[in-house]
Amino acid sequence: MPTNDRSLDSSLPRRTGIWLAFACFAVLGAAQAYSISNSPAEGDMGHLQKIMYVHVPAAWMTFLAFFVVLVFSVLYLWRRREAYDLIAASAAEVGAVFNGLTLALGMIWGRPTWGVWWTWDARLTSTLVLFLIFIGYLALRGFVDDPGQRARWSAAVGIIGAINVPIVYMSVMWWRTLHQQPSSPSTLDPAYTLGLRLNAIALLLVMIYFIRRRYEIARLERAAEQAAQMAAMGGR
Amino acid sequence: MNLSGLGKRFGARWVLRGVTLEVSRGEAVGLLGANGSGKSTILRILGTLLNPTVGTATIDELDIVRDASAVRGRVGYLAHTPGLYDDLTARENLRFAADMLGLGYAAVEESLDRVGLSNVAGDRVRGFSAGMQRRLGIARLILRAPRILLLDEPYSNLDAEGIDLMNSILGDVVRAGGAALVALHELAPARGMLARTVSLVDGRIEPVSPALAAGERTGPMSVVR
Amino acid sequence: MAWRDDWRRVRAIARKDVTTELRAKAGFNSVASLGVTILILLGLALGPDAQALRDAAVGAVWLALLFSGVLAFNRSFQVELESGALEPLLQYPGPRWTIFAGKLLGNLIFLTLMVTIVVAVGVVLFSVRIPSRWPTLLGVLALGVVGLVVLGTFYASMASRSRAREVLLPLLLFPMLVPVLVAATTASKALLGADLMHDADAWIRLLAAYDVIFLIATFLAFEHVIEA
Repeated sequence: MPTNDRSLDSSLPRRTGIWLAFACFAVLGAAQAYSISNSPAEGDMGHLQKIMYVHVPAAWMTFLAFFVVLVFSVLYLWRRREAYDLIAASAAEVGAVFNGLTLALGMIWGRPTWGVWWTWDARLTSTLVLFLIFIGYLALRGFVDDPGQRARWSAAVGIIGAINVPIVYMSVMWWRTLHQQPSSPSTLDPAYTLGLRLNAIALLLVMIYFIRRRYEIARLERAAEQAAQMAAMGGR
Repeated sequence: MNLSGLGKRFGARWVLRGVTLEVSRGEAVGLLGANGSGKSTILRILGTLLNPTVGTATIDELDIVRDASAVRGRVGYLAHTPGLYDDLTARENLRFAADMLGLGYAAVEESLDRVGLSNVAGDRVRGFSAGMQRRLGIARLILRAPRILLLDEPYSNLDAEGIDLMNSILGDVVRAGGAALVALHELAPARGMLARTVSLVDGRIEPVSPALAAGERTGPMSVVR
Repeated sequence: MAWRDDWRRVRAIARKDVTTELRAKAGFNSVASLGVTILILLGLALGPDAQALRDAAVGAVWLALLFSGVLAFNRSFQVELESGALEPLLQYPGPRWTIFAGKLLGNLIFLTLMVTIVVAVGVVLFSVRIPSRWPTLLGVLALGVVGLVVLGTFYASMASRSRAREVLLPLLLFPMLVPVLVAATTASKALLGADLMHDADAWIRLLAAYDVIFLIATFLAFEHVIEA
């Protein structure tokens, strides 16, 4: 990435970025330490329960990331500002990572709990479908070259995909509950809730940092493209 | 027709690097250039099929991006490829166009007659020669009764009779106070039709020497260098 | 006046699409054949036990519809692209949603014909017993097909103009169709059985809501998608 351009370099708030990175990972470490040391071993699951402190907040962040994609896709189609497209794309990438993390941890949790790596549990299944929708969104971005077309198309796909999230969730929930037992709803002991909340805040900070970082990279890429554009327009 | 600083980029490649050109009413302007020089890109931008990366253009004082719908109603764009449906007959192709334009089917027969395809109107386009497809494309152009013509290599695949037909349509539009931009790689077929000729070199407009514009036969290479 | 012109455009596009697809050898015949072939393959993979086939019938038919549908949707825009006809199509004056509506209607007619064949073959191959509530079953099928066509046409308008259209369309479309697949198959299974719980009604409402929501959403979004 060409960073020798002075004006480009100084326009990006690198310092605060680094502080944010320190802060969010420090909070994450503290939240993990607190929740692991303060939660008693759970009756059925024992210490396995501690996966929850990442698994559940990561799932929340997945939904939040989808919401960010929705908001900035709508903003893009409305105002046509390139920054909105780049933020939506960054949120989708980060959301996909959290989504993958949720799925992986869910499977690791499920193996000892249910005895299988995968079960068509309502939450697990709908999270998987969300993952596929994210993949589709990112694939579309990869297969379209023109920046304007890519921005408009992915905004449309982002909005339509986000509309589908609650519908997918509801349909999969019904699919599992109409004929079968609902999957073990964990009535949460208050001993765990504080740890969960702390970790949710920590992961929220991490997600904000990631999206911001990804957005900065995307902007640098675009700036490099535009520099090439100016050169092409200027000289023969 | 007014083009100002038009630039278009495909991927990393700049095809147009600041095209500025004015075409007045009653004027037909020739646009010369080698293959891949960006002639078609200019016409497609004016035909509202592409948005320029930078720069603006207006047709009849209408901005081609903001007022795209109104612009579409005025321009007739003849693309390099005819863009016909192979599995429909000639008549069905034109009736489809008439439906899309909100015209009656009588106009379809008129324009078929003018391009000399009435006798094969019921045949599928798949079996047509390149020249016949070209004529059918021209028939569809007439159907629109455009005030502004954007013609991309209009003479390719046409015989002498077809060239005369094309020129008579061009003449009609210009005489009626319309305007035309005609992309060409050689000037000979348009002899006497063009008010002036410019050439597109390295994504910019350059004037063409009067000797060339006078209509002597020119190969693409002699224009570029 | 204006709506009359728009409706004429919609009809013209739909009629043109259906005519070309029925005339082109690669069109209707091959897409319908693919649907039937998928059914036969699924029968071979799951059979020959009659009860096992009966249980799998609904899922098999829907998978056949999804895969052959993807082919049909991609074709409907490919026909325009191959002959360079998309540009003239975009060049006509008038609102662009008429293009989407026309394509949608064309695909709906096309898929209705295909569904008729695939379902008939499915009923025979998978020894399905026609239940007393078969009109409701047809309703479920219709609602599901509408959802399939709406999103399929919308995503094909993008995927067919991208690099890698063959891969991109199913990648975009199938995850979006999960509610349709789940709702249509579950409701159909309930209707083929006793449906003592009256589960089918809830699924039908879900399908109807899905169709309406995405019909509106895709119409609003198409303007941004088709623009050059």
